[in-house]
Amino acid sequence: MRIVTVRRISQSFFLVLFLWFCIAATLGAAWWQLRGWPINWILELGPLTAISTILATGTLFGSLTWALVTIAITLFLGRFFCGFVCPLGTINQATGWLARRRLGPDARVEANRHRHAQAWKYYLLFFLIFLALTGSVQTGVFDPLPLLHRSVNLALLPLADSHLGLLSDEPRGYASVWLIGFVLLTVVGLNLFFPRFFCRFACPLGALFGLLSRFTPWRLGKTADTCGDCCLCEQYCEGGCRPSGQIITSECVLCFNCMDGCPASRMTFAHKPSAAGEVGLPDLSRRGVILGGAGLLLASMWGMGGLAGANNNPLLIRPPGSLDEDRFLARCIRCGQCMRICPANIIQPALLEAGIQGLWTPSINYRISRSGCLPNCIACGQVCPTAAIRPLSLEEKQGLGEFAEQGPIRMGTAFVDRGRCLPWAMDRPCLVCHELCPVSPKAIFTRTVFETIRDGQALPGKLQETGVDLDAPLPAWVNLASGDYYVRGVGQPETALRRITGAGGVKLMVDRPLDKEGLPEKDTRVDIVVKLSRPYVDAAKCIGCGMCEHECPVSGLRAIRVYSENESRSRPGKMLI
Amino acid sequence: MSTEIKNAKSQTPEMSRRDFLKRLGYASGIALAAGGLGLALHDRKGPSPAESQKALTGLGDYTLKTPAPGAAKIAIVKGTDRKIMFERGIKALGGMEAFIQKGDRVLIKVNAAFATPASLGATTHPEILAAVADLCLQAGAAQVLMTDNPINNPDSCYEISGLAKAAQASGARIITPRPALFAPVSLAGGKLIRDWPTMTGVFPGVTKVIVISPVKDHHRAGASLILKNYYGFLGGRRNVFHQDINGIITELALLLKPTLCVLDGTVSMMTNGPTGGSLSDLKDTHTLVVSTDPVAADAVGVELLGRTLADIPYIQMAEKTGAGRADYRSLNPVLLDAKA
Repeated sequence: MRIVTVRRISQSFFLVLFLWFCIAATLGAAWWQLRGWPINWILELGPLTAISTILATGTLFGSLTWALVTIAITLFLGRFFCGFVCPLGTINQATGWLARRRLGPDARVEANRHRHAQAWKYYLLFFLIFLALTGSVQTGVFDPLPLLHRSVNLALLPLADSHLGLLSDEPRGYASVWLIGFVLLTVVGLNLFFPRFFCRFACPLGALFGLLSRFTPWRLGKTADTCGDCCLCEQYCEGGCRPSGQIITSECVLCFNCMDGCPASRMTFAHKPSAAGEVGLPDLSRRGVILGGAGLLLASMWGMGGLAGANNNPLLIRPPGSLDEDRFLARCIRCGQCMRICPANIIQPALLEAGIQGLWTPSINYRISRSGCLPNCIACGQVCPTAAIRPLSLEEKQGLGEFAEQGPIRMGTAFVDRGRCLPWAMDRPCLVCHELCPVSPKAIFTRTVFETIRDGQALPGKLQETGVDLDAPLPAWVNLASGDYYVRGVGQPETALRRITGAGGVKLMVDRPLDKEGLPEKDTRVDIVVKLSRPYVDAAKCIGCGMCEHECPVSGLRAIRVYSENESRSRPGKMLI
Repeated sequence: MSTEIKNAKSQTPEMSRRDFLKRLGYASGIALAAGGLGLALHDRKGPSPAESQKALTGLGDYTLKTPAPGAAKIAIVKGTDRKIMFERGIKALGGMEAFIQKGDRVLIKVNAAFATPASLGATTHPEILAAVADLCLQAGAAQVLMTDNPINNPDSCYEISGLAKAAQASGARIITPRPALFAPVSLAGGKLIRDWPTMTGVFPGVTKVIVISPVKDHHRAGASLILKNYYGFLGGRRNVFHQDINGIITELALLLKPTLCVLDGTVSMMTNGPTGGSLSDLKDTHTLVVSTDPVAADAVGVELLGRTLADIPYIQMAEKTGAGRADYRSLNPVLLDAKA
């Protein structure tokens, strides 16, 4: 079998596997759902995540050790990952090929000419590596594996499934996902300008592989210095690595198209350098290094806003088990796995909630989708490939067993907005928040008051055996027979309240005979009273799960809202002692 | 960056083989190193919920280990001149030499909470700082340090309260609370001071600690005297502790055991505390307390404010933990009159 056929089979296999893992990242026990599929495997193969988190945290979490395998193979063979594995590379290669089907050989060779700008990806890599050294892992924004995961998880899959409904009963939504989709479309669209545009000019992972290819014992090259100069080897050269001349080994993505294309079979994958000579890296210019330095200077100003400390954004709620902000940003690669897996669909990609340094990190929005954070769910921490969200056990999340002393994981605290709450501000019974509070005993408690309703004060009427006949018809805007309304004589105590059981015209029926004590014989006046249970939050019990906020019937700006106050992960956010 | 150009054609088969073996060696070496490093740094379990920090259990005990037998523990001096009052008071306790020896490094904890002038009585008066610092240095102290972690920004507080000027005149060094000076403290047996950022960084090398406080009304705590002044050793968002003000002051009494306490009630802030802001908030109470017992000193201060121990729960709570004696009279205080 030709080596390029092997490559195409491998590329197809990994692309399908990647898409399969994206589909299988659905919470559930069916064979095609999460249950045990290694949905992070392709992410874990990427050494940029491993290296940046090592630099930022000094540790290599969990299965990120898979990257060591990739590193080892790359050290011996070169950028096999780019040519044989990377699903974004495959997509780029395929679109680039499609776009150039009608081009002649000369135009193809020209498109694949090596360009100085291929050095840019190295500047980006150095920038990201230095950022990681300062504790800020930003690799995931550009690393093709998180990039593609994020794009498929949050944009393509929900879009494709929105009408099919195979993956979720209700369409899943992600705020400002258009930007994520835009980035993917741009990456793919740029292949119209140059084949594998992103891979050649921008991919920091490719740059890393390029550096790791420095000492590969085996490499592509020519067997003879001179040849027919037909340049057919470069017709389909994916790396833009100049195989016809002095090949630039770091740029070779091991597509083997040169070997396949050479009519004289002068290209080999051999244990010696190309007979035409070779170059280790593209020319890296001083300008690029200066730009990288300027970028670092700018990035070092991110911390000055104090978003991880005193100036934290109280609207930024991180998933349960998330590390404190500094340590969180030393790990999160914005792959979107937590957002994909969350059955409630409340984990959303942050835009600027966590600052520019927190772009596309998970941020919880309790208004959208299905419910608050489910107390019996720990999916997000279990799928997080870097433990930015710690893999919690149910015991730890709920504060049971050995975690009883520290109590449940708190994501924030709910605050009642008394100006918007129906029983607080509108004289309407409600109490949905109390009903939905999953904590036991409930973190939301109530105090009951009886308020005389508007238009219900001191109404003249006649007391009857079974109720009151009012002189004038009742206010029609409210169902007085709903069980929440009472009547009593003006000035009487609460013990004289009688529940209204029926109302029509001027007649009010009550559940028990009225208490006539202290009421005048003539000119009797009654008050119509509503019983209101008003919600209060016991901050010591609230876990910030957002069930209350999600269900609050004040649907715009909710009348009860969770803020990050008192979240477990943060010391500066501590509110109670 | 220089680019190395290799060319197989110019190589003999021998050179080419050596070159291959060299690259094979490099690749294997890097692979082994990377694999080894990766496995060495491997973290199977994942990070802990909070970054583990080593916490101290307190700021230390600076009380005299061997007080002179029969020496008084507390002196209450009436007067108007802080310097004279302090000199009389300390003499009654055995003289400054009883507390400060040659070579001592003395830390003076003032109350510099607000950036207000000394005349408003919201901060330790510069005259009493100067009097104490001067006597320390006369007694042979190698260095006198002055610090507080105030509410308003430190430099403004030190400057406007006049404490900076007084410290400079005496030769005391001002320590501004930089973040680096704070480290977590978990008070032994404490419920509130757990892993809490505390100004531990000023204590290395310090051998004696003197606390100088004004006498002030405090709406939440009832009174701000000696013990409440220790709040200024706490960092972080310490105001969460106001939810249990008596509890935190009781724990503060265990956090630090000072060598000497000087409670300056020459003028007391009777109302609108602890900020004050008007001369009408102040009253001449003409009293200065010099004490080795912070609880006893506070008990005197309570009376200067016209209150009782029942109004200020933390004093008796602190007494129960063994921080001192609330019934100061049982210590047979030396009563002096330094009025001219």
